[in-house]
Amino acid sequence: MSNFPPLSFNVPTPELRPGDTPDFSGVEIPRAGSARRPPVDVDPREIRDLAFTIIRVLSRDGQPTGEWAIELPDEELVEGLRHMMRLRAFDARMLMAQRQGKTSFYMQHLGEEAISCAFQKALHKGDMNFPTYRQAGLLIAQDYPMKLMMCQIYSNAEDPNHGRQLPIMYSSKEYGFFSISGNLSTQYPQAVGWAMASAISNDNKIAVGWVGDGSTAESDYHAAMVFASTYKPPVILNVVNNQWAISTFQGIAKGESGTFAARGHGFGIPALRVDGNDYLAVLAVARWAAERARRNLGPTLVEYVTYRAGGHSTSDDPSAYRPKEEGDAWPLGDPILRMKGYLISKGIWSEERHTQAEAEIADEVLSAQKEAEAIGTLSSGSAPSARDMFEDVFKEMPPHLVKQRQEAGY
Amino acid sequence: MPKMTMIEAIQSAHDTAMERDEKVVVYGEDVGFFGGVFRCTAGLQEKYGPTRCFDTPISESGIVGTAIGMAAYGLKPCVEIQFSDYVYPAYDQIVSEAARLRHRCAGDFTCPLVIRMPVGGGIFGGQTHSQSPEAVFTHVCGLKTVMPSNPYDAKGLLAAAIEDPDPVIFMEPKRLYNGPFDGHHENPVVPWRDHELGEVPQGYYTLPLGKAEIRRAGEQVTILAYGTMVYVAEAATEEAGIDAEIIDLRTLLPLDMETIKASVLKTGRCVIVHEATRTSGFGAELSTLVQEECFYALEAPIQRVTGWDTPYPHAQEWDYFPSPARVGRALQQSLEA
Repeated sequence: MSNFPPLSFNVPTPELRPGDTPDFSGVEIPRAGSARRPPVDVDPREIRDLAFTIIRVLSRDGQPTGEWAIELPDEELVEGLRHMMRLRAFDARMLMAQRQGKTSFYMQHLGEEAISCAFQKALHKGDMNFPTYRQAGLLIAQDYPMKLMMCQIYSNAEDPNHGRQLPIMYSSKEYGFFSISGNLSTQYPQAVGWAMASAISNDNKIAVGWVGDGSTAESDYHAAMVFASTYKPPVILNVVNNQWAISTFQGIAKGESGTFAARGHGFGIPALRVDGNDYLAVLAVARWAAERARRNLGPTLVEYVTYRAGGHSTSDDPSAYRPKEEGDAWPLGDPILRMKGYLISKGIWSEERHTQAEAEIADEVLSAQKEAEAIGTLSSGSAPSARDMFEDVFKEMPPHLVKQRQEAGY
Repeated sequence: MPKMTMIEAIQSAHDTAMERDEKVVVYGEDVGFFGGVFRCTAGLQEKYGPTRCFDTPISESGIVGTAIGMAAYGLKPCVEIQFSDYVYPAYDQIVSEAARLRHRCAGDFTCPLVIRMPVGGGIFGGQTHSQSPEAVFTHVCGLKTVMPSNPYDAKGLLAAAIEDPDPVIFMEPKRLYNGPFDGHHENPVVPWRDHELGEVPQGYYTLPLGKAEIRRAGEQVTILAYGTMVYVAEAATEEAGIDAEIIDLRTLLPLDMETIKASVLKTGRCVIVHEATRTSGFGAELSTLVQEECFYALEAPIQRVTGWDTPYPHAQEWDYFPSPARVGRALQQSLEA
């Protein structure tokens, strides 16, 4: 018989629930510029500290500081801001379109725009992202036609996926954007496999896996980490930690200690933790990880610390499980406002230009929306044919499907 | 008697089972504080505390694997998979472990657990929120598979599943959560409060697993259906003016062959309806059983009306969903043969 008291069961719970006053004083935010930038061929054992800090470039007063501060030409800085603004405007229009019944479902990026918009700028043509449902900035930052994204969202006759997939489950091989699956973390090992293939083929392309904080709990995440640590393929393994997996706070996926980045240590994979609301920090870290991959130094795990300011999707109401004002209190701020502040202080942007850009972007999004709606929405206009549903199950349609298609009247 | 939606009935089954048996624990993704994305576990954490109803990491293999361990310990876990489309990471745990544990150790360890999951389409969920994977479970020996079609059955069958000494897959047609749906998507949903099967006792009760229910008695043809398709079959029968006997299977395994056989021997005709894809679907098993048991009474080939053998499409949802018109055509063909 043991003399210890009876066991008890531990269930992590967030400190704050609806009705509580948001308080992030317990979240440690290191000073911008305080993290060192090691050489890309550093021994992973020497940079374990970088998985526990937060790499930040833009300081509280909006100035790039420290070893991770990168020099960008003025036009690229402005372009980065405009990409984030465009993604936010796109989201706002599509959220409204969903509310108006023009589509069944939508997922927005509010507060997370910097991550996908900045990351894409570290990639080359031919590299491949394996995104989740909250990385449309990878397309926006390449000027992928918004009209086509909207046609996908509306499941209309010009939807590149032929109306088969849920809204926002884009696919574009040409733009290095692997077909999104609605299942979680399934594409993480696929990104590793794509990178393994690039190495086997002596190619020069790299792959990028994307997963959310909650989905790191899936077995596939861990399988991907094992293969990445074994074969050291050219892959960047991104974890977007936006604090919430629908109603479940990140402490359920991670437990109450450590960080998501620190999980790389057990696999011997170099791991960095970065301010996901800082465009310049995201880009600097992405370039570092991409250089490692291109120089055949192997995988890098990157955790982006951010906050999901909106609902998980249009089917979700976050006010049922977290304080309403929590997003405003998030200590890493708004990525667009931070970038805007920096550009103004640098003298290459102004409140007037910002207002003007907002108007231009609103027009641009609206005209794309008009073009897409002229083709059709989920509720009206021209839709993909029902006959088409039987295509692409296989390359060649087998006899039983031909028979079923005839039975369906097509 | 109180009226409940199917969601409320499932919540009540959990509640009454947890109240009478402290070994019952309930968990899954978003199941604890929030009460489930469909609200089927609402209020349970508040009432029974976070050690009996809690949120889990997003890991279906983890959810089912830990549930097997808990069941082996002696608890009665009833876990939720958020959508049946997400159950596949747990398939190894279900097939290789839960289903076989009793057999491989001759009853030394057993696995009384329930795995709940919303199934079916009709909600514009696309290929990742619409599937009906019942046949991938009925094919596995050692699993019971249940699919209720209304609030009263859902509560009684879920309570029975929790009491059951073996693993039970409990499938909830999400299109029926708030009201019966007959396939006429252009019409508003009739809420359960206006339906007699929305009457659900407040207290604890069970309905036996393995018993079908005749929803409509008839003479001309037998329709075998379950879940949402029960209402599609009812609509089709009414619209075609055919005197069909509609059997709601309720439990697919063990199957109530006695009720099926008595009906087909009487009508001599059989139409099977399910929303899942056709090839190797549960309809194939039903068709074979009817052929084996009723061959000399059959006056027409057995018909199947099913989802097509394609992934569940988003935009073309109503061309995929087996409609009352398609069921009606199959009934006519059966009668004309």
